[in-house]
Amino acid sequence: MSEHGSLAHHFEDLEQQRQSADLGMWLFLITEIMFFGGVFAAYAVCRWMNPAGFSAGTQHLDVTLGTINTAVLIGSSLTMVWAVQAGHEGDAKGISRNLMLTILLGGVFLVIKGFEYRHKFHDGLVPGPLFHFEGEHVAGIELFMCFYFIMTGLHAFHMIIGIGLLMWLIVLARRGRFTKEYSNPVEGVGLYWHFVDIVWIFLFPMLYLLEH
Amino acid sequence: MGATTVPLIERTREHYLNVRYGIKSWLLTVDHKRIAILYLISITFFFFIGGAAAVVIRLDLATPQGDLVESETYNKLFTIHGIIMIFFFLVPSIPAVLGNFLVPIMIGAKDLAFPKLNLLSWYLYVIGGSFTLWAMIAGGVDTGWTFYAPYSTTYANSHVILTALGIFVTGFSSILTGLNFMVTVHKMRAPGMTWFKLPLFVWSQYATSIIMVLGTPVLAITILLIGIERLLGVGIFDPALGGDPVLFQHLFWFYSHPAVYIMILPAMGVISELISAFARRAVFGYRFIAFSSLAIAILGFLVWGHHMFVSSQSPYAGMVFSLLSFLIAVPSAIKVFNWTATLYKASISYQTPILYAFGFIGLFTIGGLTGLFLATLAVDVHVHDTYFVVAHFHYIMVGGAIMGFLGGLHYWWPKMFGKLYPELWARISAAIIFIGFNLTFFPQFLLGYMGMPRRYHIYDPEFQVLHVLSSAGASILGIGYLIPMVYFIWSLRYGKDAGPNPWQAKGLEWTIPSPPTTFNFEEPVVVVEDPYAYPTDDEPTWPQPEEAHV
Repeated sequence: MSEHGSLAHHFEDLEQQRQSADLGMWLFLITEIMFFGGVFAAYAVCRWMNPAGFSAGTQHLDVTLGTINTAVLIGSSLTMVWAVQAGHEGDAKGISRNLMLTILLGGVFLVIKGFEYRHKFHDGLVPGPLFHFEGEHVAGIELFMCFYFIMTGLHAFHMIIGIGLLMWLIVLARRGRFTKEYSNPVEGVGLYWHFVDIVWIFLFPMLYLLEH
Repeated sequence: MGATTVPLIERTREHYLNVRYGIKSWLLTVDHKRIAILYLISITFFFFIGGAAAVVIRLDLATPQGDLVESETYNKLFTIHGIIMIFFFLVPSIPAVLGNFLVPIMIGAKDLAFPKLNLLSWYLYVIGGSFTLWAMIAGGVDTGWTFYAPYSTTYANSHVILTALGIFVTGFSSILTGLNFMVTVHKMRAPGMTWFKLPLFVWSQYATSIIMVLGTPVLAITILLIGIERLLGVGIFDPALGGDPVLFQHLFWFYSHPAVYIMILPAMGVISELISAFARRAVFGYRFIAFSSLAIAILGFLVWGHHMFVSSQSPYAGMVFSLLSFLIAVPSAIKVFNWTATLYKASISYQTPILYAFGFIGLFTIGGLTGLFLATLAVDVHVHDTYFVVAHFHYIMVGGAIMGFLGGLHYWWPKMFGKLYPELWARISAAIIFIGFNLTFFPQFLLGYMGMPRRYHIYDPEFQVLHVLSSAGASILGIGYLIPMVYFIWSLRYGKDAGPNPWQAKGLEWTIPSPPTTFNFEEPVVVVEDPYAYPTDDEPTWPQPEEAHV
């Protein structure tokens, strides 16, 4: 067996290394599911206890922007898949081109999200001491906004981490570190990126669409 | 093999401890064995801080009026005792020290699957620990280790957020350790090392890792929600604002009950190794013990509601959780019976590690059986939040987990450092720990049954006799813990060389030199032997001394 530059000292061969990295990423995503699962469970309980407030809260979210963002994220998953495919083919240029597209789409998502946040600040819908709700007060509306910010905030935080990882991959690709035999990091980050997208696929109906 | 080139090796053999020197070679190491040593030092540090808090608590409880400290300080003391002992000692103890050191060696690998991640885990642990220490120095926290809302979110005037942040960060250390172990066991086994050739210690580490990976993230999000609620004054756990405090209890115990098994399962793995090594027998019912570890890991996730029998949980939910809690006694009992069956009619060598194993079996059995009392709805209503509960979980945590940790440390110390500790002192301290432990905690069962509530600073004078007994026991226990500390450090310099296999035990770790080299194995490992392939009953079990004359 020839020594490959990317083979770490404690693995027997690249295949063992690839399988370990894959399994590691899947396990990490399971921990992420449990992490988000906790806040989803809390959301469900609070929604069940305050149906009117949560329903009223939903009315204050912008479904149009949410829908656009959903499309943008799904698009970014597509470009991510292209990048992984380019990795399998050992096409370094294809990797960095598609990763840049992914970053771009991720950036668009965050900018739109930022506008939504700004709007909520403007309307005084940010939970905490500054919260003031104009119109008829319904119990639980602040709680809904609280969950909205926690859940979308955690999601956005994961996206920012993801964008950082994508940039790191581009640097690696430019340095010629990926070959046909070795593109584990692209695949691993790809799994992570898809996971973050899927979280949004759950968040969107739960926050924006339910009882809108 | 270059047998001709190694005559000097016995004196200056290169191993993982002397391969490089200097602080940097330790702080930047990716060697699983060195990281294990880093953990050993850090958890020992936290153990003695948590222990010091316990000493003050017990001294204070010697009198019913609590003469030593203010009530407020008392609350902070039991909080810091709980937080440090659970999150910074018990949870990482066996996995991060013994597991880190042994899992790769036991399966014939050079290292864990992700060595850098392993180092990162240690740094996260240290960062989390520093936050918690900072919170202590800044004035402490008084919510109890359970952080129950709404006290922790609304009313407590102590450093809740800082402490919570420390636990949050340390949680990721635990998650990454578990993830690393799981991938390692799946992907790094040497050729021939099938699942059923794995030592039972590895099985228990694997089961523990499942809990770390699935449970700890829920604790992380729960702590995050507590922090947000405290910062912003929103009401996820506050009924006045539409939330629910019992929701917090559900989320908290969804991790924190399985966490009990994070602490006890690795100890059970250690005990399986010790029993087999000193009874010179294959463990009776290997597969039963292996699968009972997995059963405990899985069932452990379904019993959290037994912490909420009196917290407005519906009686039906209570009945289900009660039944499930009874069920978990089955795999635990399977282990105890199998260990006893292994010992039955064996030619046992009564050295220090197995003394700890005996201690474990007895104390864990008492702790486990009293757990059944608490899983019974009607009895729990009576003894809920009393010293009965305190005694129960200390029998599991101290009598079980710490006994297992110390037993394992005594068993593998010669492998880790290549030195033997003084056997007589070790036996004496094992006896002192056993006596001190029982004197400390058995009276607490009686106290609890008589109605003494836990966490009370000032108590009814009728309880004083039992409290004094308990405090006396605690001082004996404290001495018992200090002695090993002294002779272990002493042995590093003055101990006799251990040689590769001082116990004549089976297992891959005993086939390599002590201390091992950086990559553990000089030659590729191929496993053919079953684990615990000790001679059968017909053959002599111990090496016979050479007879000079007939």
